Amino acid sequence: MNNRTVKVDYLARVEGEGALYLKTSKGKVLDAKLRIFEPPRFFEAFLRGRLFTEAPDITARICGICPVAYQMSAVHAMENALGVTVGGQLRALRRLLYCGEWIESHVLHVYLLHAPDFLGHQDAIRMAKEHPEVVKRGLRMKKLGNAIVTLVGGREIHPINVKVGGFYKLPTRQELLGLVPELTWTRDAAYETISLAASLTFPTFDQDYEFVALRSDDAAAEYPFNEGRLVSSKGLDIPVAAYDQHFVEEHVEHSNALHSLRKDRGAYFVGPLARFNLNRDRLPSGVAKAAKAAGLAGTVTNPFKSIIVRALETLYACEEALRIIAEYDPPAVPSVPVTPRAGTGYACTEAPRGILYHRYMLDAKGIILDAKIVPPTSQNQRTIESDLRHFAAAHLHLNDADLTWQCEQAVRNYDPCISCATHFLTLTREEA
Amino acid sequence: MSAPTLVLGVGNAYRRDDGAGVLVARGLRAAGLPGVIVREESGEGTSLLEAWQGADEVYLVDAVRSGAPPGTLTRFEVPGEVVPERFFHYSTHAFSVAEAIELGRELGLLPGRLVVLGIEGGEFGQGEELTGAVREAVERLTRELGAELAHTRSIAHA
Repeated sequence: MNNRTVKVDYLARVEGEGALYLKTSKGKVLDAKLRIFEPPRFFEAFLRGRLFTEAPDITARICGICPVAYQMSAVHAMENALGVTVGGQLRALRRLLYCGEWIESHVLHVYLLHAPDFLGHQDAIRMAKEHPEVVKRGLRMKKLGNAIVTLVGGREIHPINVKVGGFYKLPTRQELLGLVPELTWTRDAAYETISLAASLTFPTFDQDYEFVALRSDDAAAEYPFNEGRLVSSKGLDIPVAAYDQHFVEEHVEHSNALHSLRKDRGAYFVGPLARFNLNRDRLPSGVAKAAKAAGLAGTVTNPFKSIIVRALETLYACEEALRIIAEYDPPAVPSVPVTPRAGTGYACTEAPRGILYHRYMLDAKGIILDAKIVPPTSQNQRTIESDLRHFAAAHLHLNDADLTWQCEQAVRNYDPCISCATHFLTLTREEA
Repeated sequence: MSAPTLVLGVGNAYRRDDGAGVLVARGLRAAGLPGVIVREESGEGTSLLEAWQGADEVYLVDAVRSGAPPGTLTRFEVPGEVVPERFFHYSTHAFSVAEAIELGRELGLLPGRLVVLGIEGGEFGQGEELTGAVREAVERLTRELGAELAHTRSIAHA
């Protein structure tokens, strides 16, 4: 085969924009690059000089898809700096809010972005012509996720009810109970989603990854949302405060983005597959049973199967939300008192796409002196490129159009929220 | 009493010209037009499908990038017209305005009348500052759309 270059400047159905560049020669992949722009440096600069209380609402603006994740990492990092612990029902409500965001984000990805790939449709619109009931089911499930975020978070886009120490306003028991009928329907629909995902045909593509996720050392702990240690499938086990000692950001020449790497090790993998592989013993028995029925035994190392794990995590989020609502007893106050003091705070929480790291340095009045934010997509970048290199090598017999489409699918396995890091991209197509 | 008209301002105000639609929405909200509900949206398509559910008349304002000079205004109406090819492809989310409209058409989830107003953007990096031509276009569209809404609402009440 002659030299050829496959370059896709716009990746359809990835949140935001990206550019995929693939260079091959004589049946070998010479280069694979996924280009994304700009980690949230503007926001880090924007936060400096602001009061610690402003961070949750400012960082929520970074992403229209996962504002809750940004709020959660912000409040936990601030509480870490200020020596505050939020427990009991307030902690449970934060988990409920995160359930809503996982449902929204996972359902969007499974039904409207990823399933069309596997079912051979160019996009969800064409899929809707053949399977309108499937797409309608996805839309209804996602709507329930929105309803949770709207109720607990204060509004659907850029929720405003989260604060350092808890919430501004608490939902009533009655309001939460109002979610139960649709939540129950969505839980049942999640089982159908798992069946759908498990029935798909997956390319053989198992890789040796280092999975990284939160995991609590408390044996009674739940599947992770907001806290835990950072653990990996290759022996990492550190408190979140040690993140900067074990992970580095490397500037990449072909992109304005920074790639996160495990120090002295290289690429790692965050997101649903990592969470599942490192915390499957923390799943309730019903969800664990569904995982087994879906054929997920042992560590899952095929990233294409992440669609099944997203469906499973959707089921988990529904079950967890139902549990939290059933046990909800409104606390006397919506937040615990917080007093400013000088210090540095660290937090990772599990955004739908994987760990989202925030670090803030505060002065004695609670003014932000320094902020660092590492989105999950930055952390998966190097792994996605590595996948593309290996995946493309095995599919070079395909024509350009098919190869491009298959590579796009390989990228979509990570549900990369490129909008966290980039926006528009000048379109140029280069054929060699 | 006719149903309220819905105005959706789409975009991210921290992505420079991408905030154009949101700024028009804020301008119209500040004008306090009777019978008009104004909402800000991120542009995520399924949320748009929900936002316009049950509405008769919807105006959607979004930043676009189609290659025209920054500040250029575009207008088309749905269901009569289809979304121009590649028109909204460059927006924050890939399941975005264009996809929401076409999926809505497929599943019967479109409002009675949807007027889409595009403002061509130039700069979409992180930040709050609009380019000059886009800022002018935002002011002009806010004024013109405000007048159009006031007029159509007065007819609706007559």
